[in-house]
Amino acid sequence: MITIPYLTALTTYFSYGLLFAFGQLRDFFRKIFDWWSHNSLQGYAPICLGLEDFYIRRLYLRIQDCFNRPICSSPDAWFDVVERVSNDYNKTLKRTTRVDRCLNLGSYNYLGFAAADEYCTPRVIESLKKFSASTCSTRVDGGTTTLHTELEECVANFVGKPAAVVFGMGYATNSAILPVLIGKGGLIISDSLNHNSIVNGARGSGATIRVFQHNTPSHLEKVLREQIAEGQPRTHRPWKKIFVVVEGIYSMEGELCQLPEIVSICKKYKAYVYLDEAHSIGAVGKSGRGVCDLLGVDTADVDIMMGTFTKSFGSCGGYIAGSKELIEFLKHSCPAHLYATSISPPAAQQIISSIKVILGEDGSSRGAQKLARIRENSNFFRSELQKMGFEVLGDNDSPVMPIMLYNPAKIPAFSRECLKRNVAVVTVAFPATPLLLARARICISAAHTREDLIKALEVISRVGDMVGVKYFPAEPKKQQLEGEGIKTD
Amino acid sequence: MINFSVNSNCWKKYRRFTLLLAAARLETKAPARRREISPQDVLRTLPYEEIPFISILVEVSCVLQVNSMDTMFSAFETVAKFVSDWGTLAFDTPYARAVVFGVPIRGHLLVEGLLLVVILFLLSQKSYKPPKRPLTKKEVDELCDEWVPEPLIPSITEDMKYEPPVLESAAGPHAVINGKEVVNFTSANYLGLLGHDKLQESCTKALEKYGVGSCGPRGFYGTIDVHLDCEARIAKFLGTSDSILYSYGLSTMFSTIPAFCKKGDVIVVDEGVHWGIQNGLHLSRSTIIYFKHNDMKSLESILENATHDNKRAKKLRRYIIVEAVYQNSGQIAPLDEIIKLKEKYRFRVILDESNSFGVLGSSGRGLTEHCKVPIEKVDIVTAAMGHALATEGGFCTGSARVIDHQRLSSSGYVFSASLPPYLASAAITAIDVLEGNPDLITKLKANIATLHKGLSDLQGLEIVSHPESPIVFLRLKRSTGSMKGDLQLLEDIADHLLKEHSIFVATSKRSTVDKCKLPTGIRLFVSAGHTESDLAKASESLKRATALVLAGQ
Repeated sequence: MITIPYLTALTTYFSYGLLFAFGQLRDFFRKIFDWWSHNSLQGYAPICLGLEDFYIRRLYLRIQDCFNRPICSSPDAWFDVVERVSNDYNKTLKRTTRVDRCLNLGSYNYLGFAAADEYCTPRVIESLKKFSASTCSTRVDGGTTTLHTELEECVANFVGKPAAVVFGMGYATNSAILPVLIGKGGLIISDSLNHNSIVNGARGSGATIRVFQHNTPSHLEKVLREQIAEGQPRTHRPWKKIFVVVEGIYSMEGELCQLPEIVSICKKYKAYVYLDEAHSIGAVGKSGRGVCDLLGVDTADVDIMMGTFTKSFGSCGGYIAGSKELIEFLKHSCPAHLYATSISPPAAQQIISSIKVILGEDGSSRGAQKLARIRENSNFFRSELQKMGFEVLGDNDSPVMPIMLYNPAKIPAFSRECLKRNVAVVTVAFPATPLLLARARICISAAHTREDLIKALEVISRVGDMVGVKYFPAEPKKQQLEGEGIKTD
Repeated sequence: MINFSVNSNCWKKYRRFTLLLAAARLETKAPARRREISPQDVLRTLPYEEIPFISILVEVSCVLQVNSMDTMFSAFETVAKFVSDWGTLAFDTPYARAVVFGVPIRGHLLVEGLLLVVILFLLSQKSYKPPKRPLTKKEVDELCDEWVPEPLIPSITEDMKYEPPVLESAAGPHAVINGKEVVNFTSANYLGLLGHDKLQESCTKALEKYGVGSCGPRGFYGTIDVHLDCEARIAKFLGTSDSILYSYGLSTMFSTIPAFCKKGDVIVVDEGVHWGIQNGLHLSRSTIIYFKHNDMKSLESILENATHDNKRAKKLRRYIIVEAVYQNSGQIAPLDEIIKLKEKYRFRVILDESNSFGVLGSSGRGLTEHCKVPIEKVDIVTAAMGHALATEGGFCTGSARVIDHQRLSSSGYVFSASLPPYLASAAITAIDVLEGNPDLITKLKANIATLHKGLSDLQGLEIVSHPESPIVFLRLKRSTGSMKGDLQLLEDIADHLLKEHSIFVATSKRSTVDKCKLPTGIRLFVSAGHTESDLAKASESLKRATALVLAGQ
């Protein structure tokens, strides 16, 4: 739960109000101008009606240099950010030849597999030579190579399920799997802050969707009881099946899922658990096996385990792990398995190799070190940020830590000032978060050294003072204040 | 508003009456003469139009009078008499009336007034609702206990347990399965670029420089310079102003469509489109109208119906969605006719060039070049790069407006990790190779023609695909009656081909969520990498295998 200070809420609303008013004013003059010049639509309806793209035109474009910053190296602990300039008030940005070496606090490179790795890269290049970059075919036709079967075994073994199936894209995994497993007459109970891919998958399925309060098992139970008692809307027939969809680590909150409670509730009410471990697999847990490993949940209690390879493994694609029958069924009927090009062989090899490193099967202890490092780094960084007086969301052990900014003007200020000091942070605004709750998000990597983190903390602290985002007083009084904050939730 | 006595002299009469009333009040102060003044006495002196109004005044004055009475009894007596007098007056007197809006109202006014009061009273009461009795905790517990969910998945039948052949080599025109070299017709590697030296080289370089994954969505440091270069390269090759990369071919369509089409918009779409488009349509929540597969007459009549006499339609966004080469039938959409219709009815066109990009047209620029239509006429072009370009991902290209809009509105772009940089770099190289070697397309076209010729006298199966389509689609001449039966039969042919003839072909399998109703068939993806003898062998083997399997049926 985020408790936004009263004054900040007021100023944030005021800022957006002002932006909206000026946007409207500019639209008004634009309309007059367009009226003078001839109408170019020629009978077609406009691509965007009314206010559909108002946010993009009048708010986003003004600060678009803070997003989509191109880089020209691997997204490792330090990377090269390409400078961009605009000659038309930020409407278009052009790349220059200047490159800044920046500390990377933005990429999901949790275990540091993004860069060339002594164990993985040679194997990846070897598989490129053997299998080429693509199969140009779907898994079910001619796109299954020995590498794919090996990958599926490897993933199933890693996450602790009998079988797994892999796809070439994490987003498509969610949005193509849900419609296969559940349809009309089914109920999906989804966490209110679930990722867009789950939302799209749920919508695509045709099942009824209910939302429970973010990470609140008691509310989940309430919704479950209500829904089971009521049945389907209008007909009141009993639900065919109920899915509870949660994420392991919420990428915009940095919070760990309250999985043990949620699993026991689902067990009690016979609902199926669908766990999306996009950010947690590989990154947390004693052996890197995700939230189940960290929170001590038996993987047998989670019916469908989904995850992606984009983050910790430094590759691409996603997986579904579950019972043998589930995977057989998915392989028979999932559109992403039947119609989409299979995962690129070098990317598959990267996953296999990185899992081997994590499990120590490469004959070294690098994997264990990486896991220890990311935990240490995350907890150190989080506690330091909190000591400085930032409002940091999320739980311990989670490598994702959002710093609340709130005011829209603070988004570009924070991002630009950090970049000026060679620290690249991600700022997140409206489409990905609620309008009021803009934030900067820091993703810690095992590749960061202690010096990197100290430098980052110095810069963030200075910028934080400048921009005014230290909403809590620094160290001594902080503990007490936080206690109050929790009470007023 | 009630207008009492609208007569011209009404005010004069009223004043006279008030004087009279004052006199009456004076008189009532003398107790002895009290009873001599009754309402009738007063009224008798008045013109009858004013009676009801006056009566109220009299009533008030009488109550005042009662207050000044000495005994309760006499007060009661006065009131009783007063009421009875007024009752008779209101009901009996022929003189009592008021003028409301110029309509004279007689004695029933009182009844109506009472009715009005009753109505108002009833209206003020809450409407009747059956008493709500929420389920008790125990009842909910029982319901929860009783509820039995369906199993997570339906029971697995034997035919679901299909394991595809596993390749032990790259999926080039010749692949190795179970240690045996086979001719591969399942890979949409149309130009034979899979494993091309230049692509391999650029991939290796990119892998060494950038690593494998991009570790982030495009918005958050997942934009790598090769992505921007690749977008520019595609736009330059096709002659459009900009393009946008997606990280997966399948998600290109189902992200692009909902970015443009919203609730209430009209989409006219071919019934044979692949699942990616179907899912996009579903997610857009627009009004969807299907036209018969590749039938321009059906399209025209639907466009006519959708726009004719429908003024609202003109304000809605209207789209036609077609595939250049249909994955589900191998037919080619007649783009020139579609453009004519689109311009006539003012629809925008979204064209999926997944199977035509790099294949159709003299230089591989796709269906627009094949039909000699300037690419600006097609509003939105999408394509998967997992086919002719021998890499992965997809792109969408069009005007700068169309592309910029997607950069913040397209969910598959915004919320997904970006394309691994080595695949983007492979795409750039693939386009370079394609532009530098137009003979690849010539070879591919020759191969398609050869295979078509070779299969022309095939017994039991017919070719339904277009003669220039790189997908040669074979359908059963005589269907078994069910899609499942057909598929099983075709599967048997494919199995036989692989086992006995080392020809690897695939059937067009359908997902349970796919709504496409077109008949299934065997799909052969022709590549420029196939040799003459491969094709000859394939058509020979197909003939024999088909004859054998159909005979044994």
